[in-house]
Amino acid sequence: MPAEITGANQIAIDAAYLVTGIAFILGLRFLSNPKTARLGNTISMAGMALALIATGFQLDFGAAWWILAVGLGGGAAVGIYSARAVKMTAMPQMVALFNGAGGGAAAMVAAAEFLRENPGLNPVSWDQSLAVVLSTIIGAISFTGSIVAFLKLQELMTGRPITYPAQQVVNGAIALAIVVAAGMTIANVDAVPAYFVALAAAALLGILFVLPIGGADMPVIISLLNSFTGLAAAMTGFVLGNNVLIISGALVGASGTLLTMLMSKAMNRSIANVLFGAFGKVSTDAGPTQGSGGSGTVREATVDDVATMLAYAKHVVIVPGYGMAVAQAQHSVRELADQLEKKGVEVKYAIHPVAGRMPGHMNVLLAEANVPYPALCDMEDINPEFPRTDVALVIGANDVTNPAARNVPSSPIYGMPILDVDKAHNVVVLKRSMKPGFAGIDNPLYELPNTMMLFGDAKASIDNLIGAVKAL
Amino acid sequence: MSAHLLAELTVFVLAVFVGFEVISKVPTTLHTPLMSATNAIHGIVLVGALLVAIVAAPKLGPALSVIVVFLASLNVFGGYVVTQRMLAMFKTRASGPRDGAKR
Repeated sequence: MPAEITGANQIAIDAAYLVTGIAFILGLRFLSNPKTARLGNTISMAGMALALIATGFQLDFGAAWWILAVGLGGGAAVGIYSARAVKMTAMPQMVALFNGAGGGAAAMVAAAEFLRENPGLNPVSWDQSLAVVLSTIIGAISFTGSIVAFLKLQELMTGRPITYPAQQVVNGAIALAIVVAAGMTIANVDAVPAYFVALAAAALLGILFVLPIGGADMPVIISLLNSFTGLAAAMTGFVLGNNVLIISGALVGASGTLLTMLMSKAMNRSIANVLFGAFGKVSTDAGPTQGSGGSGTVREATVDDVATMLAYAKHVVIVPGYGMAVAQAQHSVRELADQLEKKGVEVKYAIHPVAGRMPGHMNVLLAEANVPYPALCDMEDINPEFPRTDVALVIGANDVTNPAARNVPSSPIYGMPILDVDKAHNVVVLKRSMKPGFAGIDNPLYELPNTMMLFGDAKASIDNLIGAVKAL
Repeated sequence: MSAHLLAELTVFVLAVFVGFEVISKVPTTLHTPLMSATNAIHGIVLVGALLVAIVAAPKLGPALSVIVVFLASLNVFGGYVVTQRMLAMFKTRASGPRDGAKR
């Protein structure tokens, strides 16, 4: 690597990197409990700072100092500003953006190393080339994929799946081109042009593979992109012969992979099905699912009906979904729960693993609204309680409450674990209109005799409910 | 395959196992902060970006060198600040005196 440094210094630097690796592992370990999580993140930050300082000792700044100053300072300023300013509801796109930045940086580091070592003539060892190529490809896919995910989540482009004929064939052809170009680079056959073909094709594939992914599948894709960037960072570690990058990248790759698996399991779909299934597309032609015990009619409730029902209930379970995030209703939800608790009602929250647009999205929003985290229940914990629940209040959640997943084998979501809200004595659904949810699947829940619908903007409806409950 | 590569592979594989072990203990309620924390951690490519920006600056040109450092720096600082902000919100009991003042 770069600047000539003495052996003793190198050992000190490597030791610092080891401490950084330990700090990252401890940081993640401390995330196993909300009480220690903040300390964990601080430890992880300290580890990062140590690694950067150690790296500083390796650098012969010379004429390039301003590059570092502008890049570091600019990145820090933009990063800190946007991290402070972003609304909690916009967290998925923020995470996607930072993730893309990391992936892009990893790919560029690999590209720079490649160009430095291989001006086109002198062959590099195959393992070095392999690491360069992998880091570039994975990083580039993660970069452009994250940007498309960001655009979708920020609603700068449609959140619906974008599909076109022979999509899979096109993606397959691009993937093949990447493999061939990567092979040529490693075999040192026209290595430089082949390398750039691989880079460009990977960037294109990143865009194309996220396009057909619909909004409700975002938790899976965000996790997967997270894991990609981690792997890209690890590969960059192989390129630079740097253990701290390898360790950190491996940790992140493992985390992203684990979350991806959890998310797809929560939807009862394979990762391949999420990536290639174009969910919204498939389900639109599934047509109206025949109601399972639904009467075919929908009961519309008034605010006063619902307020009375809630205030005189014993157990109320609030079921939030992406609609709550869109309406920014989390603070109002908390206030409604406070009012109900004042009247002696026990209020719990049922969180489906894929509610929202990223893993744990609802938990963060409710935490922002000051809901104590012990009140947030996982699906397995809350489902047995629904038969004892007086009112299940569904706020902007749809597919994760759809009983068709349990009992309509022809439904596209059949087999997906859901929150059994239909088993509650009464179900109140807050919804903008009767439009089906993201997946475009009719929800027989709305036609059940124990279900009432309260139409309107979620935040406005809840604010009205708060007023009505107070007045009782 | 060089002995060097084998040593690096060993580190990689063991770190993956440690990662799975540690991450599987994170409760679902913290999954968003987990994503954002790991996001910040892969910002460690900043180390690589700094090394490369100095060494390869003549090859990359100043604009690309600034961009690579900028992206990695954005990743690190943004990732940590947003994680810290989120984690500060998780509380066991909400009905402390602070909330009364807030609402």
